[in-house]
Amino acid sequence: MQDDHRELERAIAEIMEIADGFGLDYYPMRFEICPADIIYTFGAYGMPTRFSHWSFGKNFNRMKLQYDFGLSKIYELVINSNPCYAFLLDGNSLIQNKLIVAHVLAHCDFFKNNYRFSASNRNMVESMAATAERISRYELEHGTEAVESFIDAVLAVHEHVDPQLIKPQQLDKQRYMELKQREQKEKEYKYREPGRYDDLWNLDDKPKASDQKVIKIHRFPPEPEKDVVWFIQQFSEVLEDWQRDIMSMLRDEMLYFWPQMETKIMNEGWASYWHQRIVRELDLTSDETVEFAKLNASVVQPTRHSLNPYYVGLKIFEDIERRWDQPTKEEQDRFGRVPGRGREKIFEVREFDSDLSFIRNYLSKQLTEDLDLYVFEKKGPEWKITDKTWENIRDQLVLSRVNGGLPYLVVQDGDYLRTGELVLKHQYEGIELDLKYMERTLPYVNQLWGRTVHLETVVEDKKVLFTYDGKKHYRKFL
Amino acid sequence: MYSPDQHLFVVSQEDWSLHRKGYQDQRRHQQKVKEVIKQNLPDLVTEENIIMSDGKQIIKVPIRSLDEYRFIYNYQKQKHVGQGDGDSQVGDVLGKDPTPQPGKGEKAGNQPGHDYIEAEVDIEELEEMLFQDMELPHLKQKDRDEIETQSIRFNDVRKTGMMSNIDKKRTILENLRRNATNGNPGIHGISPDDLRYKTWEDIIVPRSNAVIIAMMDTSGSMGSFEKYCARSFFFWMTRFLRRQYEKVEIVFIAHHTEAKEVNEQEFFTRGESGGTICSSAYAKALEIIDSRYPPSSYNIYPFHFSDGDNLTSDNERCVKLIDELLKRSNIFGYGEVNQYNRSSTLMAAYRYIKKEQFMYYVIKEKGEVYQALRSFFHKREGSAV
Repeated sequence: MQDDHRELERAIAEIMEIADGFGLDYYPMRFEICPADIIYTFGAYGMPTRFSHWSFGKNFNRMKLQYDFGLSKIYELVINSNPCYAFLLDGNSLIQNKLIVAHVLAHCDFFKNNYRFSASNRNMVESMAATAERISRYELEHGTEAVESFIDAVLAVHEHVDPQLIKPQQLDKQRYMELKQREQKEKEYKYREPGRYDDLWNLDDKPKASDQKVIKIHRFPPEPEKDVVWFIQQFSEVLEDWQRDIMSMLRDEMLYFWPQMETKIMNEGWASYWHQRIVRELDLTSDETVEFAKLNASVVQPTRHSLNPYYVGLKIFEDIERRWDQPTKEEQDRFGRVPGRGREKIFEVREFDSDLSFIRNYLSKQLTEDLDLYVFEKKGPEWKITDKTWENIRDQLVLSRVNGGLPYLVVQDGDYLRTGELVLKHQYEGIELDLKYMERTLPYVNQLWGRTVHLETVVEDKKVLFTYDGKKHYRKFL
Repeated sequence: MYSPDQHLFVVSQEDWSLHRKGYQDQRRHQQKVKEVIKQNLPDLVTEENIIMSDGKQIIKVPIRSLDEYRFIYNYQKQKHVGQGDGDSQVGDVLGKDPTPQPGKGEKAGNQPGHDYIEAEVDIEELEEMLFQDMELPHLKQKDRDEIETQSIRFNDVRKTGMMSNIDKKRTILENLRRNATNGNPGIHGISPDDLRYKTWEDIIVPRSNAVIIAMMDTSGSMGSFEKYCARSFFFWMTRFLRRQYEKVEIVFIAHHTEAKEVNEQEFFTRGESGGTICSSAYAKALEIIDSRYPPSSYNIYPFHFSDGDNLTSDNERCVKLIDELLKRSNIFGYGEVNQYNRSSTLMAAYRYIKKEQFMYYVIKEKGEVYQALRSFFHKREGSAV
């Protein structure tokens, strides 16, 4: 046991040495070896210290079952934190651990350096522990059932946050409106850049000061609000303080996970790219080489029907490196690309891109052919390949990554027809919502908002308004 | 050459055995599944997976309302990007209605699950819930309830017994106690007084028999819905009686204008055209009881399912025969499956039978099979068991 530990420590030091040599930049690491059920618990919760909820228990059960039946295996889990926590499965062989450590270091480098993660709370392990603590205190105060059913409702919408902005907390409606108006004004002001013909505008009489008064915005919110969770938390009239507190805590957790959802392909590709290169630098016995090859193959194995992010991400990174190492004559002339800059380029990509731009900018025609990618859809009872045009494949892949792969919802109206009812709008971009799920989710929104809620979306090319008033569902074509 | 302190890292392996959160929440989830099952009992009672389960112990049943509902895209109406082996062509069929699984080994927790809501249920657990507040009305003590020895259990300690059954722990305790009272504590000098023996007791289980006389109208007017309701009812009734009696037999009598004893398969699938004379079934039941199931040793439960569409002139005879049957039976149950709420000739007559042991229930929809079961077997105030 002790020997194993020492050997692992030696290996980690060596791997770090190599990683440093490649220029990977990671946080101090804490490797924790744990049994399968603990790894799967963390996998199901997304974080070791997360709050308790039956849905995590359900996930845990499912993942653990797959492990018990040998259907899937998590070898590692890495947490975006400083110091960075990495959990290794007890019973991994040394060579497995070598691959995993290299993989994990690259993940950590990604967390630390990718722009999307720059606002990440690196103390989330502790924050989530505090959240869990607070929720269990609320359970004591208000009863387990009450807290649980409230969390059920919050989890139904908790993905609909706005990761772009840091939202001011504790605004009342009036101050929120004032703020929005100010933003509006600033925006208008900003767009009016001084031009050569500005003086033409001043030929007329100067407008009187009274005319300049901003027209009062009556819409609430003035502009569609992407952060549904924040909006409800701020402006619902039925929530108690503890409920608003839970909502704001769960929103923070979602914001923490958000960059990971936005960079899944890149992050996994980056880690796979580096574990291959790092392990190649190690002195391996022939047995170890075979074992490494097997494990590596299983990680980056292509899958049918869905894309293996590890594989696609890896291939794109390798392709970028190749294209910037050996640019074509045209690329050199037109874009001024200097040969031999491949490594430099991929480090730049890992810093500034997310899955959206990564795919849009770097998935090339050649690569879609090499990877044999295709678009498939359901035709009658059959799933068929319907398109192999590379642009369409690329665009489809981009589309599937918009908003982390989730439907884009906004608060359209928080005071519908002056009744205080809530209207959510699905920003339809060609993909319909699952109506069964939608009809079962609306009651949760209703529970949070305390009044009738509506959802506008598109079904079969027609605009439809779905309504739930606390008792019944209605739908009406617009 | 490399020493760990050049780099900032720690390897640790803590004792995680107290970290039970996953299991705790898993239990909470199972508990919720159970609650949902309980709420859905009326639906589950007629669930085909169960009724047609053929003796399987664990069955899968669809459970509504225990998914994590979110706003998600309709997978079926979406285009997806996939990956081939190198030679994929437009028009290739990938499969019929696959249920694509998310990639393996990935980190979960931030991805919504899109899985089917099928819960595995142990039939016995379901029975437990279902029969929790049911009981058999009008139980009768039968003459031939013989005393039977089934097994033995050790449940007593005595001062005499066989050496091979000596209870060492208690013997030493006695010795300790005696030595202590004598002012000389410790284990020493075990005397015959200290010896304790385990003794056993016979477990006596009274033998009891029950027979269900399942009668069903198989005339043309009984459709598949009516038969299915009857089938569900008999399924649960048999199970319920099996919990009460050591041995439960079931006799199937199908009738239209005449009655015939049939096997189970025929009973539920048989369909005949023509009218209905219910008394024929009752007469057949009497005949079978008198020849094979003496009431002195059997608890007899005749149950009759019909759509109520009986030949009017036969009603009087039916009532008379029910009287006869009641003399021999514990209870007589009449279930009428009448989904369109037609006026039923049979009920017109049965409504006036005022006997405690005669019970009826009109089933209008599937969910009411559960109500029928409860109506026949609910716990009664002050009833003797």
